[in-house]
Amino acid sequence: MIDIIRSEWTKIRSVRSTVWTLAITALLMVGLGALLSGSAASSAEGPIDPVSATRISLNGIMLASMATATLGVLVISSEYRTGGIRTTLMAVPRRLKLLAGKIIVFTAVALAVSMAASLASFLIGQAILDGAALGDPGTVRAVTGTGLYLTACGLFGLALGALIRHTPGAIVSAVALILVLPPLTNGLPGRWGQVVRDHFTSNAGMELPFPSDANQLGPWSGFGVYLAWIAVVLVVAAVLMRRRDA
Amino acid sequence: MTSIRATNLTKRYGRTAAVADLSFAVEPGRVTGFLGPNGAGKSTTMRMLLGLDRPSDGSALVDGKPYQEWKHPLRKVGALLDAKAVHGGRSARNHLLAIAQSNAIPARRVEEVLETVGLREVARRRIGGFSLGMSQRLGIAAALLGDPETVIFDEPVNGLDPDGILWIRTFMRGLAAEGRAVFVSSHLMSEMAQTADHLVVIGKGRLIADTSVREFIGRSSQGYVRVRSPRLPEVAELVRVGELHPDHLRVTAMTPLEIGTLAARAGLPLEELTFVQPSLEAAYMELTKDSLEFSA
Repeated sequence: MIDIIRSEWTKIRSVRSTVWTLAITALLMVGLGALLSGSAASSAEGPIDPVSATRISLNGIMLASMATATLGVLVISSEYRTGGIRTTLMAVPRRLKLLAGKIIVFTAVALAVSMAASLASFLIGQAILDGAALGDPGTVRAVTGTGLYLTACGLFGLALGALIRHTPGAIVSAVALILVLPPLTNGLPGRWGQVVRDHFTSNAGMELPFPSDANQLGPWSGFGVYLAWIAVVLVVAAVLMRRRDA
Repeated sequence: MTSIRATNLTKRYGRTAAVADLSFAVEPGRVTGFLGPNGAGKSTTMRMLLGLDRPSDGSALVDGKPYQEWKHPLRKVGALLDAKAVHGGRSARNHLLAIAQSNAIPARRVEEVLETVGLREVARRRIGGFSLGMSQRLGIAAALLGDPETVIFDEPVNGLDPDGILWIRTFMRGLAAEGRAVFVSSHLMSEMAQTADHLVVIGKGRLIADTSVREFIGRSSQGYVRVRSPRLPEVAELVRVGELHPDHLRVTAMTPLEIGTLAARAGLPLEELTFVQPSLEAAYMELTKDSLEFSA
């Protein structure tokens, strides 16, 4: 397994798309956070409460999640696009081990960058806003939760990439599932509508960094539900990957 | 010791069989040509040998085990299927390094194979900018990384210039001379005539021949004697059994000596009297005729 991890690490670090998507993740987090913090600071009448201040400085999360999801997709779909997957599978014919290797390396890289970007945007935002400190209640959860959420979105992309094996198709699916469909569930009526809305992908996942009173799931159970979505797609992708011809 | 053994190998897509009940073996120390018209099932067979496609029936074994069951398969088999199927954004060195690492092959081996195929100078360049010839060399470098006993090449000379073709041909002969099993596919008989020792010929996914090149030629139609003469019509009349072409006479039922003796007796001058071996190309066309007719 360590051989596969080494090999996947070489692969992920040696293409430009990795550098680009990770740079964009960091830029969106820090840039948007600083921008929104700046405008909030200039328009605020009084001091901003720590919870709002934290949210403002981490507001790049929605767009940044698209960047990590894109990288997740590319980690696997670019191999199918170029046909390089056949070279890869000739070297590592045990496909589940290969998928596991890709997941491990991607998670490590995405987690490191997402956490750093989240912490940086919080610190820069608070330097501008002077609203929250890491010691305030819920702040550490919001900052680490943002990093975890961004990483999870990347894994969602990787799972969709492995399932769909086609870059544009997988990216569109990721955007739909993470960004477009979740708000649409607001229109669902009744108690079951509420259950679907609470549990729907990023509605549940965003509970970790930014819990909302409207959602009945707590931060960690919400994030757990989001991980379950990702796990289901990964399992389907893994089963198909084993059976399909490359 | 057999390197690769296919037994009743079959691949069906829906109702059509791309490969049907195919059995053959690839032995070390020689170049085995895998020959068949385009669409005969050569690439599908190779993909099944390499664990990329799942056989519908039968088995493909590498040193007695399915490819997927080797922990480090690249140390057993090196293969080049499609030279352009690589991520263009990577450098040649990183591309090879990632492959090497996956099979616990030391990094210095990357430098060795780059040297072997003559790509050391461009090792840091992005492979997206490589010519077909360079990509082909890179693919061969990847196949050699694990110093494998068996190498598989799918149509390696397709699209190459004469220099590249000669290089690959010499290279494959060299690998066989080192005692490796070389399994190379082509749809061009003329190519195989110059490289292969042994032939596995398929048509429409079925085995047509599994034989030495010499036997393969012998199996098909006989050769003929080509006769040229400034007084060709008179020679033709004398020989009687020949087939008259505008500039030569083609005789299958007589030896050159018999024809020469007849001509000498009649005092007819001969410009050429050659026994023409049947070409591998002709033998191949004759044997695959049926499978082509069915598909047309």
